[in-house]
Amino acid sequence: MAATRSRLIAALILMAAWQALASSGLLFRDVVPSLWRIVAAIAITLGTPAFYANLGVTAEEFVVAVALGGLAGACAGLLLGANRFLAAAYERWVHYLAPVPKIIFFPALLLAFGAGEGSKIAIGAISCFFPVAISVASGVRGVRRVLLQVGHSFRATIWQMAMKIYLPAVREPLLNGLRLGFGVAAIGVLLAETKLSKAGLGFLVMDAYRRFDMPGMYALLILVVLLVAAVNAAVNACLSRHGRA
Amino acid sequence: MLLLAPLFGIATLVAAGAALQALIVGDVISRYVVPPPSDVFAAFERIIVEEHVPARFLLTSAETFAAGVLILAVGVPIGFWLYHSQLLRRAFEPWVAAWAAAPLVLAYPLFLVLFGRSSVTIVIMGFAAGVAPVILKTVEGLVATRAVLIDVGRSLRLTQGQMFRKILFPAAMPAVFTGLRLGLTFSLINIVGVEFLINLGGLGQLINELAERYDLPGTYAAIGFVLLASVVFFAAMERIERWLQRAHG
Repeated sequence: MAATRSRLIAALILMAAWQALASSGLLFRDVVPSLWRIVAAIAITLGTPAFYANLGVTAEEFVVAVALGGLAGACAGLLLGANRFLAAAYERWVHYLAPVPKIIFFPALLLAFGAGEGSKIAIGAISCFFPVAISVASGVRGVRRVLLQVGHSFRATIWQMAMKIYLPAVREPLLNGLRLGFGVAAIGVLLAETKLSKAGLGFLVMDAYRRFDMPGMYALLILVVLLVAAVNAAVNACLSRHGRA
Repeated sequence: MLLLAPLFGIATLVAAGAALQALIVGDVISRYVVPPPSDVFAAFERIIVEEHVPARFLLTSAETFAAGVLILAVGVPIGFWLYHSQLLRRAFEPWVAAWAAAPLVLAYPLFLVLFGRSSVTIVIMGFAAGVAPVILKTVEGLVATRAVLIDVGRSLRLTQGQMFRKILFPAAMPAVFTGLRLGLTFSLINIVGVEFLINLGGLGQLINELAERYDLPGTYAAIGFVLLASVVFFAAMERIERWLQRAHG
């Protein structure tokens, strides 16, 4: 309770500092708008049908990207974790490529998938692939040997081993990897939208920037951050309900 | 057999490159979408000489270095400040953690308005992305300082400054470096990303510029160069961190 109160007081202090800066006249008032103007812009944005249409575009790109990147990452992680030779051959590259800024691949993806949703999905999928693959690979290595021995003594096929033993055993690392993957996929999709697109929340942010609608841009950025945080919280809740069950 | 695995990994990459070359030469994949790997290799020398890659590399490095200095200069004192006051730590640490998790790079149009289209914006964005891990890891390292060391400092009646310099900071150094490694990683990702997005600065801009000129082999070579530079940077940071951890037992 005391901790929540301290956090709320800290938030109030930060908001008061913002308001003081906005009212001080030290900065151009359109660059640092007052809290009231930002709140009003959030309300206006939430009341605009265009926001929901663009949210739908981004959500669709994000969901497909996570599905593709997550699936590919889980398969790669299972292979790298279960096979020491493959891990020694490729895992180092996966680790080194993981922190590289994926947005640099955007020109290549634009040519391959076009300026529409395809290139955004591709960049989101590539972003999501690495955390999932790394997390699943390390999770597979932590699978109890006795489970593997049971599988071998039942003469399980590779597919049965993957579906009946590895996948249930790596549920928590998989969800953890997906949790990280969600965040980076969202960033990948949104950044690609800011670079070149005709729809999506990233496009709306750039549109507000071009029109110098600063309260609108702050409102969109706050809403995007809240949406990403909400998705993250939902995955965390899912993780604590299913992953650690 | 396992000793041969890294060679096998490289061999499969070479084989994939050769297969791609064959598919492009055979017109199965259009060379106007994916350039032949041989053209990409040939473009390396051209972009290094004609596009001033060393100078761009230095510029991106200088921006990352400036962001790193700012991260240390701001992050460590804030971490120390939060460590000292439990009330402040309770109040602000969750917000710092939220800051670390927030997709800050999306706010680059905002930073453009606030700081203009210049290297300052890029450095500030790098700093904003990298400061939170340093704050959090500094607090973590300071909190984990062994109580007996603090007691020794107290019994020697060290001043607060001496306590920080002689006991707390050396004890927290491995954690601070872990934070710095994470911070610099986020910082570099943001710096290269923003250079690409706003078409300004060093290596990130090079990719954007070549792509806008539709110089495909050059674009792929530039992407390859950024990949190489990133891999060398991250590998070096990892080794330094491991060495530091070993040195501190």
